[in-house]
Amino acid sequence: MPPAVSVEGLTKTYGSVTALAGVSFTVDEGEVLAILGPNGAGKTTAVEILEGYRRADGGTISVLGHDPSSGGREFRDRIGIVLQETGIEVVLTVREAIDVYARSYSRRLPTDELINLVGLDGKADARIKTLSGGQKRRLDLALGLAGDPELVFLDEPTTGFDPSARRKSWAMIEGLTSLGKTILLTTHYLDEAQHLADRIIVLSGGSIVAEGTADALGEGRAFSTISFTAEGADRLPRLEGGPVMTGHTVTYRSTSVTTDLLELTTWATERGVELAGLEVTRPSLEDVYLDIVGETENGGRPS
Amino acid sequence: MSPARYVSLVWGQIRHNNRLFWRTPAAAFFTLALPVIFLVLFSVIFGDQEWSGYSFAQFFAPAMAVFAAVSSSFSNLAIGVSYARDQGILKRVRGTPLPAWVYMAGRIGSGVWMAVLSVGLMFVLGWAFFDFRMVWDNLGSALLVFVVGIATFSALGLAVCASLRNADSSPAAANGVFLPMAFVSGIFIPLDDAPQWLVILGDVFPLKHFAGPFREAFDPFHEGAIIGWEHLGVMGLWLVFGMLVITRYFTWDPRGA
Ligand SMILES: Nc1ncnc2c1ncn2[C@@H]1O[C@H](COP(=O)(O)OP(=O)(O)O)[C@@H](O)[C@H]1O
Ligand SMILES: [Mg+2]
Repeated sequence: MPPAVSVEGLTKTYGSVTALAGVSFTVDEGEVLAILGPNGAGKTTAVEILEGYRRADGGTISVLGHDPSSGGREFRDRIGIVLQETGIEVVLTVREAIDVYARSYSRRLPTDELINLVGLDGKADARIKTLSGGQKRRLDLALGLAGDPELVFLDEPTTGFDPSARRKSWAMIEGLTSLGKTILLTTHYLDEAQHLADRIIVLSGGSIVAEGTADALGEGRAFSTISFTAEGADRLPRLEGGPVMTGHTVTYRSTSVTTDLLELTTWATERGVELAGLEVTRPSLEDVYLDIVGETENGGRPS
Repeated sequence: MSPARYVSLVWGQIRHNNRLFWRTPAAAFFTLALPVIFLVLFSVIFGDQEWSGYSFAQFFAPAMAVFAAVSSSFSNLAIGVSYARDQGILKRVRGTPLPAWVYMAGRIGSGVWMAVLSVGLMFVLGWAFFDFRMVWDNLGSALLVFVVGIATFSALGLAVCASLRNADSSPAAANGVFLPMAFVSGIFIPLDDAPQWLVILGDVFPLKHFAGPFREAFDPFHEGAIIGWEHLGVMGLWLVFGMLVITRYFTWDPRGA
């Protein structure tokens, strides 16, 4: 089966700003791909090119077999779009909005089912202007799903949510994958990507700086931390990643924990020193992410 | 897609826009209430005048009908579509399979509906309270002028929207064009004694060519043909101009402040 989305060498500049500097990736049918990256990374630019809103400067793009810039109605009939920012006629009720926006699709999910799916049951007949920000966002999601799309684009679906609203939205999005939908979502929350996505692309400064499953992202580039307490820093062994003293705590950043531990424990036993509170911390994905993005933001190349 | 499906989509959009209209009190006020207020005020002020048995409203109600029709098309589209664009509503619409022309047809169709409603309202109020007497003979001509006029002012309303950077300037732009044009076109005060340059100025703009023949159609003293082709011609030129501006400058994306 051909991938639902395939992008090769995508470029886009705005004046002197390079928003996308040659981005390539694919999204398979039924897969959830997250584009993870800080603000200004180029996520919205990439997604809106795939949706047909913006034109790429270069690269080849295929979305459900269409060129999005000329896909037209037939193309939009098969995709669902949740934009990062859009308004709506706030004088309408939730039900009215869904009915009017769903009308043009050739397939439809029943309005009540949609309202239920996004958890707006109690609000079906409320004017949109009375909804909270989170509820409006869930209405956006309902509108994106109204045409029972094969492929759903979600541009930062939960930004600005409180943790519980976030959990609820995650549950909803997970529900979509069980319906077999292909999902391309962007986020700048690592935990969101980790929770929802089968695969993550880390975008920074318009380039893909890392790609893989959440676990795979951590491998290789990850620093574990070895820490213990000591009275003085003098004569502590010098290793590649330390020592760094914070009060009485000594920390080493380590890419090869076994070797570094051996060195430290040998040093300690030779001198009869106790490594009080010895601790080895595996890197969190957050650290990995900050590490990846930090490198590129400082102008360095990812390793 | 079958033609029936297109018709149903357009109809749905018209109803949708009508609903928005009634739920936006400012739009409803300027489109319907303002011409009513003018009709009542002027008819009361000039209530003691008569022309061979005909009241002031005989001539003024059709003028206010045109005023209301232009509000419904020109001002409504210029302001309404600009705000829809700024708020990202147009962008949202473009993300669905709804054809662009269906959206516009819904907007314009809703304007036509408001225009028909307000024209009817002026005539009924004029008849009920100010001694307006319906002239039936030229209804066909009035209808033709009305159709061309609405088409022209719809195109111009969208052209104003297309040329604005943001919606907050749209009420000022729409009214800044419409109200002076109404004066130089003799909507409120006849230009019989006006200086020549003002008359020429009025001739250039399309409103006089809408209001003039439309009023004549209900003028019991008028003789001869109602539809001067030069009127339709001038409106037609403005219609084409409006379409050119739309094709060249209209966008669906918000433009930022
Ligand atoms: N319409 C635009 N005009 C000019 N610059 C833009 C435009 N859209 C985005 N940019 C710039 O392109 C870069 C990427 O933006 P964007 O795609 O919105 O990133 P993200 O969604 O990851 O935050 C940023 O530097 C942004 O300022
Ligand atoms: Mg963005």
